[in-house]
Amino acid sequence: MSTVAREWREIPGRYNLEGTKCENCGSIFFPARDFCPKCRRAGIGKISRYDVCRRGKVFSFSIVHDAPDFNNMLKPYVVAMVQTDDGVMVSAQLVDVDLDKVAIGMPVRAVLRKLSADGASGVIRYGYKFVPDE
Amino acid sequence: MDVGIVSYGAYVPRYRIKPEEIGRIWGVDGKGMGKGLMIYQKSVPSPDEDVVTIATEAARYMMDRVPEVDPKDIGAVYVGSESHPYAVKPTATIVAEAIRATPAMTAADMEFACKAGTAGIQACMGLVGSGMVRYGVAIGADTSQGAPGDALEYSASAGGAAYLIGSEKVIAKINKTLSFTTDTPDFWRREGQPYPLHGGRFTGEPAYFRHITSAAKMMFEAMGTTAADYKYAVFHQPNGKFPTRVAAQLGFTPEQIEYGLLTPNIGNTYSGAVPLGLANVLDHAEPGDRVFVTSYGSGAGSDAFDITVTDEILNYRRDNAPLLEKVMADPVYIDYGTYAKFKGKILMSE
Repeated sequence: MSTVAREWREIPGRYNLEGTKCENCGSIFFPARDFCPKCRRAGIGKISRYDVCRRGKVFSFSIVHDAPDFNNMLKPYVVAMVQTDDGVMVSAQLVDVDLDKVAIGMPVRAVLRKLSADGASGVIRYGYKFVPDE
Repeated sequence: MDVGIVSYGAYVPRYRIKPEEIGRIWGVDGKGMGKGLMIYQKSVPSPDEDVVTIATEAARYMMDRVPEVDPKDIGAVYVGSESHPYAVKPTATIVAEAIRATPAMTAADMEFACKAGTAGIQACMGLVGSGMVRYGVAIGADTSQGAPGDALEYSASAGGAAYLIGSEKVIAKINKTLSFTTDTPDFWRREGQPYPLHGGRFTGEPAYFRHITSAAKMMFEAMGTTAADYKYAVFHQPNGKFPTRVAAQLGFTPEQIEYGLLTPNIGNTYSGAVPLGLANVLDHAEPGDRVFVTSYGSGAGSDAFDITVTDEILNYRRDNAPLLEKVMADPVYIDYGTYAKFKGKILMSE
C-alpha cells in the first residue's frame, strides 16, 4: 500500500480528473505531469493545469472475475477504457451498471467512489469511477 | 438581505431491498411490517458508496445547476450525518475538495441524529446573513445503520441532498427559521458502537411528535400562518406513518405532503430525509409556492423553515442535473445475502 503522503499528492487527479496541458504543443497529460516529453526544453514553464472532461464513452472494457482483495465485494466488475469528450483516455472501474448492458460506445460520466481502504482503521482512498450517463 | 437557497442537488444510491425480503430472514411478517411503517422498499448503498461519495454526488449536482457560481466563493461547507466514514477526519473537507471550494473556507461535520442537515442550513444562513461568507454549502447525508433483525433494519437507508445558501439569485427565500430543542434520549449510538439503540414507543409521542408540532406551531405563530397558507410541506420521515400523522395533526392535507414524502420508496435516509424531501418539492416548484419544512433529530430537536419559491427559479438551470425522480428510477433489487455483504454484516478474514 502506498503512503498517505503519496495518496494526498494524487488527490486533484483522483477527485477531479485534474491533469496538465503543454501550452507549447497542446498535448494533454492525465495523470498530470509537469514535463512535456515531445517539446522537452521548449515546454518548460508552459505546462498548465487542465481539467479532463468528466463525460465520455466506453472505448473498450473487460469484466474482472478474479478480483484483488480490496474489490472482493464488487466482483464481477467492469474495468473500462473511457475516451472522454475531450479525447483523453482514462482507465477506471465502471459501476452501477448491468454487466450484460456494457458496450463499446456507451456514454458514461465520472463519479467519486471509494477505491480502497487500509483495513478498518486505516485511511480510505476516494477517486473516480464511471457510471452510465443516461 | 434575502437569504435562501441558490441551488440544490440530491442523490440516492441505486440498490433497493423490500421489507418482505428482510422479514423472510428473521421469521417476521416483513410485508406486514412494511405496511405498518409505510415503507415498501429502502435504498442500499453500493460497497463503494458512503456519506462522502453520496454528499459529493449531491454537491456536484448542486454546482452543475449554477455554472456561474465560482466554487472559490463558497466560504463554508457543513456535512450533517450520523454515519461519517471517519470518527476523526472531516467528511466536509473531502466534499469541499471534490467541488473545488478549498482552501479559503471553513468546514465542519455536524451530527444531530436526523436533523444535522437542516442544522447546517441554519448555520449557513447565519454566515451568509452576517456577511461572513458569500455562499455556504449545507449537506445532509447518511448511510444509516439498523441492527440485524431490529425494526430499524426495515427503514435505515442511504441518500443525501446538498444546498447552496446565499443571498444572490435566490430560487427559494427562507423567510424564517426557528428550532425547538430539549434533552430527550429517544435514540442514540454510543462511541464505537456499530448500531444505534432506541426507546421503542418512546420515540413517538414525547420525541418526534412533541418536537415537530412544537416547532411547527411556533412557526405558525411567528409568521401568522396556518397550514392552508402553504402549497407544500416536508416533515422528517423515519417511516411513512409518522409524517402522515403529524401533517394531519397540524392541518396539512395528503396533497401538500405528497412530493416531500419519499420514505415509502427509499426508506429513512436520516440526515438526508428532509433535505431530499425538500429537493423533490423544489423539483416541482413554481414561483410563489410557499413551503413549510420541519425536521426532527433524536436527542432531540426540530428545525422549522418557512420558504417562498421566487421568480428566479424560472432562470435556474434545474435541468443541468437529473431531477430526483430520475435519480430514483430504475432501481436494482437485492436479496438479503447481497444486502448483508454490501452493508459489511458478514465477518470476513483479514
